[in-house]
Amino acid sequence: MKLDPRTPSGPIEKRWSTRKFDMKLVNPANRRKYTVIIVGTGLAGSSAAASLAELGYNVECFTFHESARRAHSIAAQGGINAAKNYVNDGDSVWRLFHDTIKGGDYRARESNVYRLAEVSGNIIDQCVAQGVPFAREYGGSLDTRSFGGAQLSRTFYARGQTGQQLLLGAYSALMRNVKNGSVKVHGRKEMLDIIVIDGRARGIVVRDLVTGEVTTHLANAVIMATGGYGNVFYLSTNAVASNVSGLMKAWRKGAYLANPCYTQIHPTCIPVSGDYQSKLTLMSESLRNDGRVWVPKKKGDGRSPELIPESERDYYLERMYPSFGNLVPRDVASRRAKEMCDLGLGVGKTGLSVYLDFGDSIKRLGQPVMAEKYGNLMDMYHEITNEDPYKQPMRIYPAVHYTMGGLWVDYHLQSSIPGLFVAGEANFSDHGANRLGASALMQGLADGYFVLPYTVGDYLADTKFEAVKADAPEVAAGAKEVRVGIDRLMNVNGKVPADDFHRRLGHVMWEKVGMAREKAGLETAISEIQTIRKDFWKDLKVSGSDKDLNQEVEKAGRVADFIDFGELLARDALHREESCGGHFRVEHQTEEGETRRDDQNYAYAAAWQYAGEGAAPLLNKDELSFEYDIPSNRNYK
Amino acid sequence: MDFKLRVWRQKNRGDKGRFETYEAKGISSEASVLEMLDVVNRGLVAVGKDAIAFDHDCREGICGSCGIVINGGVHGPFEHNTTCELRMRRFSDGDTITIEPFRVRAFPIIKDLVVDRTAFDRIMQAGGYVTVKTGQAPEANNIAVPKKIADEAMDAAQCVGCGACAATCPNGSAMLFVAAKVSQLALLPQGKAERKERVLSMVAQMDKEGFGACSNSYACEAKCPKSVSVSHIARMNREFLRAGFGS
Ligand SMILES: Cc1cc2nc3c(=O)[nH]c(=O)nc-3n(C[C@H](O)[C@H](O)[C@H](O)COP(=O)(O)OP(=O)(O)OC[C@H]3O[C@@H](n4cnc5c(N)ncnc54)[C@H](O)[C@@H]3O)c2cc1C
Ligand code: FES
Repeated sequence: MKLDPRTPSGPIEKRWSTRKFDMKLVNPANRRKYTVIIVGTGLAGSSAAASLAELGYNVECFTFHESARRAHSIAAQGGINAAKNYVNDGDSVWRLFHDTIKGGDYRARESNVYRLAEVSGNIIDQCVAQGVPFAREYGGSLDTRSFGGAQLSRTFYARGQTGQQLLLGAYSALMRNVKNGSVKVHGRKEMLDIIVIDGRARGIVVRDLVTGEVTTHLANAVIMATGGYGNVFYLSTNAVASNVSGLMKAWRKGAYLANPCYTQIHPTCIPVSGDYQSKLTLMSESLRNDGRVWVPKKKGDGRSPELIPESERDYYLERMYPSFGNLVPRDVASRRAKEMCDLGLGVGKTGLSVYLDFGDSIKRLGQPVMAEKYGNLMDMYHEITNEDPYKQPMRIYPAVHYTMGGLWVDYHLQSSIPGLFVAGEANFSDHGANRLGASALMQGLADGYFVLPYTVGDYLADTKFEAVKADAPEVAAGAKEVRVGIDRLMNVNGKVPADDFHRRLGHVMWEKVGMAREKAGLETAISEIQTIRKDFWKDLKVSGSDKDLNQEVEKAGRVADFIDFGELLARDALHREESCGGHFRVEHQTEEGETRRDDQNYAYAAAWQYAGEGAAPLLNKDELSFEYDIPSNRNYK
Repeated sequence: MDFKLRVWRQKNRGDKGRFETYEAKGISSEASVLEMLDVVNRGLVAVGKDAIAFDHDCREGICGSCGIVINGGVHGPFEHNTTCELRMRRFSDGDTITIEPFRVRAFPIIKDLVVDRTAFDRIMQAGGYVTVKTGQAPEANNIAVPKKIADEAMDAAQCVGCGACAATCPNGSAMLFVAAKVSQLALLPQGKAERKERVLSMVAQMDKEGFGACSNSYACEAKCPKSVSVSHIARMNREFLRAGFGS
């Protein structure tokens, strides 16, 4: 299939408004007749649900969580970007656009990114009006801070709980619309398939996680806002239940998966301490504003940090990148930390961490100010590691954090299946090969509040719908397929819990498909993943019944999809013979160890198409062109 | 570290439920209570037994999913933490640890340690919002909020909705949860227009859900993972009186 990204032409600053003007409208009196299903209630799903409901559509929301408010977005800490230029430091839509394109290493679509920057200000307005308690200056106006990859202060925040406050804002709008009857939220329900009829997405199949019952739900359009796939690495900063199944179900039904190898490793996480560990905890990047990263100059320096004099410390980010210093983008900071540890300069028991030191800031600002800015992070760190970050530097190490890849979408956020839209971290749209800090919250809310309400309406107005009966063959087949899939998991009847396979997969992914990737390693990874898949279908044990609440059934299904997806990710990484953003191929680097892009051959989004079980996926290229921001080498020196 | 666990097992809502005993062996002192349960579950599944069901997700104290009673204490015997944040180093090697679900009338047990807290969603639906449609918002800096007020609103807004307040209250009251939202929105200028209906409907819904009355024992504040202060309950009471007297 030829991919049509439907990107508008003309001056970039007019593209979105022109496109909106060209869109078809649904008569308000008719909107109630259209049902829109939304899977996921994170920032993207909740904001889309509330906004579409307010327009008058009949909205049905599904989440595997107990309540919409528990979606993984709740955990975002640091902040949300917007080009408001409140601090008069020269910010503008153009600059946010430029930073995002450059930060993404020239692997995102200009039109999409410009639109994102353009609506960023409206997001802040909307959230403030909802009662989101953003941090304020003494005079009562909104406070901002800077984040990695930007030399401006454009990040709005609510202490270290920005995601929580934004999600509670979107959730409150959602709850208001539940109350007035325009949305129904189905909690503890997991989407396990998409129903496609005559080439269009017309519904979903879900499993009730409490009763095990499988049911079908029909609609005129389906929006997937199921989040990212970082947990394919097993250990990541994502919530434990975050998974890739939604994406994989859509993929097998014909939606293309784009750039799965663009994964982001976050430089500031609490290091791994043991194999019991179920997740890694992020220490927000905002800490890099007031913390200095260093390692001892001497290999194997076993002294405790306060005994190491200034002259024997290497503040390596400040040394290598004088203009960005500790605020270099995430991929750069992560790779450098790994390099230091590989050189034997790492600290802590395992040697797999570097220091993030607040000593100077505490001296300059005092502990109370630091506590006000970062109190909850400091406490969290103290509780987890039993070390007091006000007294000794934090120890940090990179961990998987965010995934830029996702379902391929066009400018309207529609996937390659008409009627299936994708929002938030689940799509591949705006961050290219690397996302800037504080831009995921912005994108999730941009998609939900300000893009989908228009583009979904345009689709509904422009499509002639045949009525679908609840007992149509495609519907019955969808439900049956899901039931067969669950039976298959239940009947393996081996001896090994799903978690163990997930851990094995994660290990392969981290070692060979993680921060630094190499041809031979990727090929080994693919064959190892295939072995894990064989073992999974031979040795898996799901105890208990699938007819009641059974978290083992949920896990097993998700791990099965992670295994298939892990292989696709490795294949994508293998095919992309260049380094860009979060994708670092050891073979393609500059003398200084920075990424070396190949714009001649790889300036495209790789959209992978499912070709049947066991068959190699097909590659489709969505070519990128740059009119406004001509690709240059990213230079943060 | 080794522990003996007494864990509440209950097949479903209708089942009577009982304690069962398990061994947790070789647990790292840095593991959380939930990570210890993961280890126990792995052992159970491998021998074909039902895993212990418990709610969890973020495992860093923010999503509000986790919540169990440990040795009689909501989120464990200490103050101001969620269950997922509680590390095993806080216990002693060889301890017997009793683990059971939140026991609140308005939170029916679904299975084992999993309870249904959707009552909180319905309370939020009753009025826990500012009515502003997407696109209706004025320029953000037109609404000035003094830092002190914004900070106090944020103190309240931090509530993670875990239900510890209700689970720890001798009367099973959800006053701290409801007050946190009422107070946040009463403090902010954006919330003023609807303050009267908000407090009346949210309190009415809370009563309807079967939560008990507040008798000022203040056990909730000590247990709240985010230390939401009972002063917000006082503010809500004032809001309630004010709303009752008309405006
Ligand atoms: C620790 C941490 C800190 C972060 N901090 C920041 C930050 O400071 N700034 C920033 O911009 N970004 C940050 N991010 C990234 C950001 O939080 C996420 O990218 C964003 O919140 C994703 O939102 P979402 O709506 O796309 O998905 P999510 O919030 O992940 O929501 C996914 C939803 O889909 C549902 N779902 C998934 N699959 C199914 C299924 N099969 N059936 C039914 N329901 C399903 C889930 O129940 C959930 O409701 C952070 C991320 C992490 C991990
Ligand atoms: S698991 Fe999220 S608060 Fe404990």
